[in-house]
Amino acid sequence: MDLRKEPELTSKDVTPKAVYLNRRKFLKAASLASAAAFAGGGLWELAEPSARAHAGTKLNAALKSPFSTTEKQNTYDDVTHYNNYYEFGVDKTEPAKNAGRLKIYPWSVSVEGEVQKPRKISIDEILKLAPLEERIYRHRCVEAWSIVVPWIGYSFSELIKAVQPTPKAKYVAFESFYDPEEMPLAKYAGIDFPYVEGLRLDEAMNPLTLLCVGMYGETLPNQDGAPVRMVIPWKYGFKSAKSLVKIRFTKDEPPTTWNRLAPNEYGFYANVNPHVDHPRWSQARERRLGEFFKRDTLMFNGYSDQVASLYTGMDLKKYY
Amino acid sequence: MRKLLTSNCTKPAVFILCLMPLASLGWDALHHGLTANPIEYITHATGDWTLRLIVITLAITPLRKLLGLPDLVRFRRMLGLFAFFYGCLHFTTYIWLDKFFDLAEMWKDVAKRPFITIGFTAFVLMIPLALTSTAGWIRRLGGKNWQLLHRAIYIIAIAGVIHYYWLVKSAVVRPLTYGAVVAVLLLWRVADKLRPHSRGVSKAAGEAQPQKAQA
Repeated sequence: MDLRKEPELTSKDVTPKAVYLNRRKFLKAASLASAAAFAGGGLWELAEPSARAHAGTKLNAALKSPFSTTEKQNTYDDVTHYNNYYEFGVDKTEPAKNAGRLKIYPWSVSVEGEVQKPRKISIDEILKLAPLEERIYRHRCVEAWSIVVPWIGYSFSELIKAVQPTPKAKYVAFESFYDPEEMPLAKYAGIDFPYVEGLRLDEAMNPLTLLCVGMYGETLPNQDGAPVRMVIPWKYGFKSAKSLVKIRFTKDEPPTTWNRLAPNEYGFYANVNPHVDHPRWSQARERRLGEFFKRDTLMFNGYSDQVASLYTGMDLKKYY
Repeated sequence: MRKLLTSNCTKPAVFILCLMPLASLGWDALHHGLTANPIEYITHATGDWTLRLIVITLAITPLRKLLGLPDLVRFRRMLGLFAFFYGCLHFTTYIWLDKFFDLAEMWKDVAKRPFITIGFTAFVLMIPLALTSTAGWIRRLGGKNWQLLHRAIYIIAIAGVIHYYWLVKSAVVRPLTYGAVVAVLLLWRVADKLRPHSRGVSKAAGEAQPQKAQA
């Protein structure tokens, strides 16, 4: 990957939100009209509209990142209506319908454990902790689909610097928000909540590791992990925990949700690796949403230059 | 109820009803309803309907007897054939849109991925049942042999449920629900067989002479 190249695509190239929303309104009106003529599956859609877009607040991410890819970004519609957020339902379209229940303000994240300055950080403080950057990253799901998203945030290392880990800190554990009242579908997900994830401290320090507060020039929509989430672009998507409430620095490797459920299928590292298949499906190729043909999956999702050195000497077939 | 079941318009009505899932997919395709990953959505929808129609087909015999509605058997072949129809669509989506007709890739999948192996087995087992679903084949095979062959639907249903169960990451509620329904439908048959009078009832209901009931 050539990092010297300036990104050619920015959020300006994405369909403006207003246009997108108007288009949806138009489509809905059109389907209302045609529903009168055809009583079909569309009636379900009318009874339970799937398009409930959440208005985002504009974010001023003036800084462009050299880590950004120049690949074609996915549409806002794709990234907000095709989500894995099991607390809001296991179907891809369910989080867009149900995540509206999540109350994202006020919000605070408790940073604790092996740090010299444990603290509760409010979302307002998080937004101001470091200058916001736009980072256009590839995002590869363990289910063999991928997207390109213009995230907004800053390197997680900025937060690490602010809380000063003790020498004992070797790992970082993340915990997502969980409230069975706001997330009634969570009980059908088959995994334990709250959702927990983790990184080795050096992985967390890597400049690619993003503390993410927005995308497409705005704050995060609920279904994409509002108000603050992790984005770790060289690992499968499930490593990037959403709607963070706790960040804990630890001596030992923390438990992680999917690994706890099926240790033979999901490792702690979960680096994107086309040579190590999921026991039930191949990881060699992926479907970029919006494309008809599958494409080859790249080692570390194409971020080898930045992260391969983290794993020197490690058997990645064993530490998958 | 009997009158309704034997009326001339119920079969076409059920036929049209069975086409609704396909119509719904067509509607979704025209109205941006196939999600950001249409291939996955179509694969799942056709797979869901294959399994649902297998379960419905499997429910016909118990329902006939429990409700005392022997005429329900008129719909069994059509429902079974629609299960096969959606199974074909499901398989076509896989081989075309997922594997792009790369047969070598497909065989690798079938050999290596248990959920594909078992799904593929279920699909292949449906083929002889669909082919021999005509009155002519029932005659040629003889009622007994025909019935024996068509008991393969028990294996198909179990394989279909396992296929679904092995596919999901963690949300096992839905596959387990299908599994429970299939288990009830199969256990009912065992219980029915064990009852001393069951043979007489099944004869009277035309179970052993499908050629008559189907004609």
